[in-house]
Amino acid sequence: MATVAERAGPASADVKPARPRRSLRQRLGGVAWGTVAWFAAIIFFFPVFWMVLTSFKPESAAYTNPPKFVFNPTLDEYHQVFSAGMGPFLVNSAIATVVSVLLVLALATPAAYALSMRPIERWRDALFFFISTKMLPVVAAIVPIYLAVRDIGMLDSIPTLIVLYTAMNLPIAVWMMRSFFLEVPSEILEAARIDGATLRRELIEVVLPTVAPGLAATALICAIFSWNEFFFALNLTSIRAATMPVFLVGFVTSEGLYWAKLAAAATLASVPVLIAGWIAQRQLVRGLSMGAIK
Amino acid sequence: MAEVIYSDVSCRYPGSDKLAVDHLNLEVPDGSFMVLVGPSGSGKTTALRLLAGLEELSDGRIELDGRDVSGVESRDRDIAMVFQNYALYPNKTVGENIGFALKMHGVARDEREKRAREVARMLDIEELLDRKPRQLSGGQRQRVAMGRAIVRRPKAFLMDEPLSNLDAKLRVQTRVQIAELQRSLETTTVYVTHDQGEAMTLGDRVAVLKDGTLQQYAPPRDLYDEPVNAFVAGFIGLPQMNLIRLGVENGAVRLGGQTIRLPDRLASAVGERQAREIIVGVRPEHVSIANGSDQREGDGDGIPGEVVLVESLGADSYVHATIEGSETSFVARTEGYDARKPGTNIRLRIDPERIYAFDAETEERLGAKPAHERPAPEQPATAAS
Repeated sequence: MATVAERAGPASADVKPARPRRSLRQRLGGVAWGTVAWFAAIIFFFPVFWMVLTSFKPESAAYTNPPKFVFNPTLDEYHQVFSAGMGPFLVNSAIATVVSVLLVLALATPAAYALSMRPIERWRDALFFFISTKMLPVVAAIVPIYLAVRDIGMLDSIPTLIVLYTAMNLPIAVWMMRSFFLEVPSEILEAARIDGATLRRELIEVVLPTVAPGLAATALICAIFSWNEFFFALNLTSIRAATMPVFLVGFVTSEGLYWAKLAAAATLASVPVLIAGWIAQRQLVRGLSMGAIK
Repeated sequence: MAEVIYSDVSCRYPGSDKLAVDHLNLEVPDGSFMVLVGPSGSGKTTALRLLAGLEELSDGRIELDGRDVSGVESRDRDIAMVFQNYALYPNKTVGENIGFALKMHGVARDEREKRAREVARMLDIEELLDRKPRQLSGGQRQRVAMGRAIVRRPKAFLMDEPLSNLDAKLRVQTRVQIAELQRSLETTTVYVTHDQGEAMTLGDRVAVLKDGTLQQYAPPRDLYDEPVNAFVAGFIGLPQMNLIRLGVENGAVRLGGQTIRLPDRLASAVGERQAREIIVGVRPEHVSIANGSDQREGDGDGIPGEVVLVESLGADSYVHATIEGSETSFVARTEGYDARKPGTNIRLRIDPERIYAFDAETEERLGAKPAHERPAPEQPATAAS
């Protein structure tokens, strides 16, 4: 007669948990979507990949038909880019970006707090006014801006760029920060008040740490916009305050494009933003998805 | 420790015609545990938030420890609150959460940490001091929220449905802990819940609210035995009291073809009002099922009915039955496991001395016994008996 143990079946340690079976259609669907995702990723990434690859090519191999994937890599183009005096342009970009981002955060945070936590009666109108400033194409405003900057003697100066980049990014920052502030549960603020926090302590101790990922996301996006800004920099600067995008366009000459040097300069110009994004990526993902998940 | 007094307190939310709290008058003695109970929208949370200073009074006055705090900011009222969702600071550790109020009041770091540790030990969460709220279970978060309130040694604790997010078992355990904690700390506590079971077990006194208006404010036993109106009678007690509108004639009502004579005091109260219709109430434990109840109509006495559902809870069962000739269902409590099936014919007996009567229009209680005539609470059996 079988024992109870035998009737009970094999010991639990030998039994693997059953995996849910997927139908053939589901598996094929997964493969198809995966292929589409890889394809899309490759298409989006390919220009960046090609830029970096080209930066290590000698100039003669940079623009060939058919394009070369196999070549003798060289750092000569990077040396030439550094020799072309990239340093001051990099410094100008860094100063304009960092200072404008700090200004944007300093101004947008209290504005967004007011519009979210203690909104005025016509808060929708205020928000619309902010975003409406982005509806005017920059090219339509460049002439009056140029004339105004010239008349106050501020052409070719970094403070001009700082003011313009701040003004350019402020509406986006206010909108973004407002959505992050709206995610802060009101009970936490009430708890802080009952615990004795003043408005200032509430903001510093509770609100800002809670929206820190949002702050990081906003800062990074504003930094990207400022770092890559070309039109104002091209029209309002020349020698002292020119930024990296202006430096890059110097490789587009009447004799043609120096592709390898341009690729090397563009790669170098991308590195600071890439590093910042890499450092802040976790905050960025959290910040950008803060409003999406309840 | 402090007395809390609501004096004719009203609150109307902007844009609303209705008062969320309507002329509330309550006194919470120093050191006692008062529960605000009522259905959703009854104004209980609003009343608590008015005491906390999180809502604005439209009228009236609130006093705490003899001081009028009506226009005083929350941070200056010396109260502590436990929120329904705990409202822990997500970026701070458990230790920092507990010590936050002390930090806001300028207590030195060493002292803060010492007091936080003491409170954490009291609540059995000392090993969690370095964790963040997202690393805690619901029950642990609830204890951290309690710790944050306790560490301040405030004049009053305010609790807004702190157990509603816990599972049933944990709710019962934590309820006991809250009661013990309040007794040991002797801090005046105002507790909001929609669960009448919680209200009855925790409160020294319970305030029943409906549509912003206070219905009755009394110890739990009085609410159960001496409800002032049909709403309190139906709200307090689980399962709720059987309530049915019946015509009354010559001091008697008819139900399911049977005549039920009202006790003299009820009959005279009904007679004084010249009421033609009343609401009759009787608790399930005062409704019994006659023996031999499978007999057909006309056999035996009792109100004929048909079983629709039997809830067997172990020690007791609750038999839901529809009354013959009406759509009303009655609930009767029986002891132990009840094996009756739906569709079974039964006969229900009601103890007339346990009937409550309420005015059919105002729903006020009729013929309440004077205090000296009410039955004394049953004493537990002693070893000698």
